[in-house]
Amino acid sequence: MAVLECKHLTKQYGHVTALENLNFSIEPGHIVGLLGPNGSGKTTLIKLANGLLTPTSGELLVCGAAPGRETRAAVSYLPERTSIPLWMTTTQLLDFYQDFYADFRRDAAEEMLQHLNIRPKQRVKQMSKGTREKVQLIMVMSRAAKLYLLDEPIGGVDPATRDYILSTIIGNYDPEAAVVISTHLISDVEKVLDEVLFINQGRLVLQSSVDQIREEQGVSVDELFREVFKC
Amino acid sequence: MKWYFSDNAPIYAQLVQQIKVGIVTGGFPPGERLPSVRDLATEAGVNPNTMQRAFAELERDGLVYSQRTAGRFVTEDRAMIEQTKKGLAECHIRQFLESMDQLGFRREEVIALLRQESGKEELGNGGSGM
Repeated sequence: MAVLECKHLTKQYGHVTALENLNFSIEPGHIVGLLGPNGSGKTTLIKLANGLLTPTSGELLVCGAAPGRETRAAVSYLPERTSIPLWMTTTQLLDFYQDFYADFRRDAAEEMLQHLNIRPKQRVKQMSKGTREKVQLIMVMSRAAKLYLLDEPIGGVDPATRDYILSTIIGNYDPEAAVVISTHLISDVEKVLDEVLFINQGRLVLQSSVDQIREEQGVSVDELFREVFKC
Repeated sequence: MKWYFSDNAPIYAQLVQQIKVGIVTGGFPPGERLPSVRDLATEAGVNPNTMQRAFAELERDGLVYSQRTAGRFVTEDRAMIEQTKKGLAECHIRQFLESMDQLGFRREEVIALLRQESGKEELGNGGSGM
């Protein structure tokens, strides 16, 4: 069964159409890049998938069910902005995630934090922006979820940290789960993806595997994106 | 092992190529057990399914075989490894000749230039020994 499925999915904000008649599905075991220019509807789609927004028409299913209490337990979400409480220490943050999520793998999270030399007593407030992003990603990836929704996970961090974040994603997802990564930094994530979804002005322009694009078009996904969305 | 990727070829094909280089240069010795798909994918920074596809291709070629529970191993057939090495060399030579064609060199000129360059290298090596 598809981990995420959209059927004629449409979302309007008043008169503005953010997503129009989207049809696609994402299979378990796949890491999918959600790619599109600014304002194309990427974040709207992610918010619909985790139940923060509701469709205007059509439907969106997570593991066969409309977003709700059960699907929320199966979805691990990394929002665009860092949202972990600043006053907490690393240990308090681990307790917090453990209380909230039955699928939280605390030992996995502790191991990764240790690897990054983040002390248990350190407060989030004292961490740099990059470290906060890493810590939040570690929390999100330490859940044994069915669907990971990562909104711009590598946006504000340096290239070495990007590599660390991407290898954390590869090393931690379950082959039964799916990962959706929304980003502009295509050349950085391309190698990590199974397939890509191009969306533009709320419409799905292309769904293809990365190697299929390279094989058939002879260019990288990054180059294809630049061609398709040329200003 | 250091991994490099270019923009114009499928990633799985580039993985196949680089693992082959690893096998012929002894980075992955004959009969040796290969790292797991996930470990190698994490090291190379690629999708595990793509690494899986590369392994499947190497298995089809016979360079790698899998044993149900023990994992994947490099072939012990040294003749096949030697053959692969030759194949990789031929591939480099074809690319080289193509570039020389583009630059407008005829074959004899290319061969003469090769002689000249490898002569320089020999001189260079002799010099450094003194």
